Amino acid sequence: MRIPCPLCGDRDRREFYYMGAAEALTAPPGPEAPPEVIDDQLHLRTNPAGETRDVWYHETGCGAWLIVTRDTVTHAVHGAVLAERRGTTA
Amino acid sequence: MSGPMRLEKGGLIDRSREIRFQFDDQWMGGVAGDTLASALLANGVRLVGRSFKYHRPRGILTAGSEEPNALVEIGKAARRTPNVRATTQELYEGLYAVSQNRFPSLKWDLLEVNDLFAPFLGAGFYYKTFMWPRAFWERLYEPLIRRAAGLGALSKQTNPDHYEKAFAHCDLLVIGAGPTGLMAALTAARAGADVILADEGDRMGGRLLSETITLDGQPGPDWVAGVLAELQGMDNVRLMPRTTVTGAYDGGTFGAVERVGLHLSAPAADLPLECFWRITARRAILAAGALERPIAFRDNDRPGVMLASAVRSYVNRYAVAPGRKVAVFGTSDDAHRTVADLQAAGVEVVALIDARADATTTLDVPFYAGATVTGTEGRLGLRRITVTRAAGSRVIDADCLAISGGWNPTVHLTCHMNARPVWREDIAAFVPPEGAVPGLTPAGACASRFATTDCLGDGVAAATEALTALGAKVSPPDLPRTDDAAWRGAALWAVPGKGRAWLDFQNDVTVKDVQQAARENMVSVEHMKRYTTQGMAPDQGKNSNVAALAMLADVTGRAIPETGTTTFRPPYTPVAIATMGAGGQGAGFAPQRYMTSHDASVEKGAPMIEAGLWYRPSYFPRAGERTWREACDREVGHVRTAVGVCDVSTLGKIELHGPDAGRFLDLVYTNTFSTLAPGRTRYGLMLREDGHVMDDGTTACLAEGHYLMTTTTAAAGQVMRHLDFVQQVHAPGMAVRFTSVTEQWAQFAIAGPRALEVVNGFLDTPVDDAALPFMGNCAVTLGGIGGRLFRISFSGERGYELAVPARYGAALFRDLVARAEGLGGGAYGMEALNVLRIEKGFLTHAELHGRTTAFDLGLAKMVSAKKVCVGQRAAARPGLTGPDREQLVGLKPAGAVKQILAGAHLFAERAEAVRENDEGYVTSACYSPTLGTTLGLGFLRNGRARHGEVIRMVDHLRGVETLCEVCDPVFFDPEGGRARGETS
Repeated sequence: MRIPCPLCGDRDRREFYYMGAAEALTAPPGPEAPPEVIDDQLHLRTNPAGETRDVWYHETGCGAWLIVTRDTVTHAVHGAVLAERRGTTA
Repeated sequence: MSGPMRLEKGGLIDRSREIRFQFDDQWMGGVAGDTLASALLANGVRLVGRSFKYHRPRGILTAGSEEPNALVEIGKAARRTPNVRATTQELYEGLYAVSQNRFPSLKWDLLEVNDLFAPFLGAGFYYKTFMWPRAFWERLYEPLIRRAAGLGALSKQTNPDHYEKAFAHCDLLVIGAGPTGLMAALTAARAGADVILADEGDRMGGRLLSETITLDGQPGPDWVAGVLAELQGMDNVRLMPRTTVTGAYDGGTFGAVERVGLHLSAPAADLPLECFWRITARRAILAAGALERPIAFRDNDRPGVMLASAVRSYVNRYAVAPGRKVAVFGTSDDAHRTVADLQAAGVEVVALIDARADATTTLDVPFYAGATVTGTEGRLGLRRITVTRAAGSRVIDADCLAISGGWNPTVHLTCHMNARPVWREDIAAFVPPEGAVPGLTPAGACASRFATTDCLGDGVAAATEALTALGAKVSPPDLPRTDDAAWRGAALWAVPGKGRAWLDFQNDVTVKDVQQAARENMVSVEHMKRYTTQGMAPDQGKNSNVAALAMLADVTGRAIPETGTTTFRPPYTPVAIATMGAGGQGAGFAPQRYMTSHDASVEKGAPMIEAGLWYRPSYFPRAGERTWREACDREVGHVRTAVGVCDVSTLGKIELHGPDAGRFLDLVYTNTFSTLAPGRTRYGLMLREDGHVMDDGTTACLAEGHYLMTTTTAAAGQVMRHLDFVQQVHAPGMAVRFTSVTEQWAQFAIAGPRALEVVNGFLDTPVDDAALPFMGNCAVTLGGIGGRLFRISFSGERGYELAVPARYGAALFRDLVARAEGLGGGAYGMEALNVLRIEKGFLTHAELHGRTTAFDLGLAKMVSAKKVCVGQRAAARPGLTGPDREQLVGLKPAGAVKQILAGAHLFAERAEAVRENDEGYVTSACYSPTLGTTLGLGFLRNGRARHGEVIRMVDHLRGVETLCEVCDPVFFDPEGGRARGETS
């Protein structure tokens, strides 16, 4: 498997650390959020068959966190963007 | 002379270079260019092995990697390799080969009796017979079966050989260097593409080396040599002979095994046996060719029965006569071609048997059209065959029978990404599914274009298409003219009749076994395969899958597409685990990280223990000390009463710069760092997003907007990853940059009442408590070299950590230890470090194990409510605080038994020690020489409210029970006056 790092180009997946679904990148709920909302944000994932967005870290490369779009059925990797570009401020 | 069956002339061998080798401890001769199989045949050896289950005598069936019978052990003792296919093993001087699965010898095999019991040993025999009594399976049945039914044996010694792994990249990977692959590579190479041409053979050319086909009037091998010479001269081409592409994976990645030293008589000591390649290709062409299929008929497994394509290989390429009287049985024009080649080489052909009723021939040979072979004779090798046609049967003397049942395209790699091959009724074969592996184009015979002319054209077309897609300009080379006709033939899977007709030679599966499986309702191809074991073991059904499927379709009255097919998984041919794990044996299993003090510690006799990838000294033994405990107790004493020195360079060090660095630290730590003044250091606690504690450590403010964070040794990588995540995802606007400096600084802890004396002995400007109070830090110079000094303590004593650039670490450590020894102290290792921190109730990853919260650790006050930090809200979820939580406590023995053991569980004093009553567990334990007792740290439900209570520690594994008093986790100097230098 190859991941197209926006900074380094196509690289072998061994250079990357996998974190999980990109839902993890949504901003933490505000202080008034009920615990169930926090719990869902931390632990509830959709696990789709087909296109998915997930978070990878180019650990032995540039150190960038990426959002990779890929297909869990065909294993095709469609692209990757820097997480920084679509993050939210705490 | 290299054997009585060697032909006088011809072949791609060098008769002037003779090679001596041993088979079953008998010396024989071969020549350069031989495989072990061709050399054995040249020496008249037909019996080479015993079959898997019935121990039937078996001979060489093929001339390629699909060989099911001729499996041998190569080499001696620890260098012995089992299950080597004699058909691919190149001959070398002194090669030592032994046949397998026979006792006491190949000719007299006691377990041949299995063959007499064959009626009882059919499909599903193991499942039905060895069911009862249950206890017999492991003790009796399995060992017996393993001994009787087997392939080669492992040496059971440590593997002394070494292996290599490598990576390669290219525009176009061409798999297979037959006519298709060569033309594809030539087309791409001339267009300037980066080309890798990989072929499993020791010599490139594929079937062109074994056939008498001409190209542009040249013999096949000469034409091949011309193409290879051109390719070799090009910088953009890499030729990889002896390299089997074993698997197709995601993203244009292919696995390949290169045989590097396996064909050499005396390989250089540093030469690997094999190299495991990972090849990344923008496009790939599969030119893997096709495999000829046998025909099932009664007793078709005798030594001397051989595929027709293999017969042509042995005659044309290796100049070996496979027999003195050869019969040929086939369903296509390939049988006729085989007769012609044999006759041209001067080998007597006693019969040409063509199953097609309308077949004709102009060859001068006894010809039987519309006939089949219905039986064979000869115990250890073929002597006679029975030929049957409508008019009746006749027995013919023959010592070799060439069989040809058509061709199966080698579709394997196209199925590696979950696709299944597609049935084509017109050629009665499975062909590659369309687009099954992105970027991989099957071409030539593996795409069912069997004629050489078609292969050549297909190679050019596939390469042109691939390179055009990559944006290259291609001018296709001219196609050579060939005299090869289109393939004409019919399918014949099995000749009907009595007796056992073998489908799968490797696993002893007959037509009857498949029929029986179907009768017992194993009508799914997957069930049939598992019930009969057809298609398993090294050849993975290369010779038998399609025929077995056809048999199953026949007996169940279905068409082949309805019957389905099993698919193929990597690897294409067997790969040694040692090859896939190249470099990972022994010390190569994981990288080793050494501290700058490593050599000095080893010189002092310290046993080095692993801490992640690091190696750290366990203790520093001195003369007269008999146990580690004696050394450890003494080292603890050094720190408590004089001074000790410990290398702490393994702790992660991350340097942060930027105007927002303080605010960033506020975000990642539970407590506040933006208020930390330059020259001050603070202990910090870091949470994961889910609110559990990730790590702890001190962070020093070196100057305005400049911080140095330390992490635990174990979590250094995880913390770095986390910091990157928090910054990039949660705080991309903050002006802060950070970098790991763990390797750049050597850092030593100097701890004890006399620590300052040791430190000041090295500083150009000595410090005192006013200049460097507890939790302070400052820049220092040592003989002009810039360093950093921190007043922090992990032992509870007056403590300093002195950091210097790593290149001075080795020297400074030796001098620090010498100075400390002069003051009645010395170096201390991990054991003493652990005792010192347990006495003080300091935490390590034994306590920060991923399931504990700040509340559990008694550090809830460190979570500032005045600011937001990662994990703060999640840590406040119900269930993560309160009296139901297991909380950090200290444990001291309260009864006659004094042992406290990490991993033991905690129970109320009178409760039964069962899971339902479990109230916690011990995480750390030691003997404290300072307090003269064993101590433990652990987690106990509602533990902070239970100080003073006596509970029961039970270690079920080691059978220890200890009554313990619950107490505060800080056992020694709870006020902390010693670390501050107020008391000592």
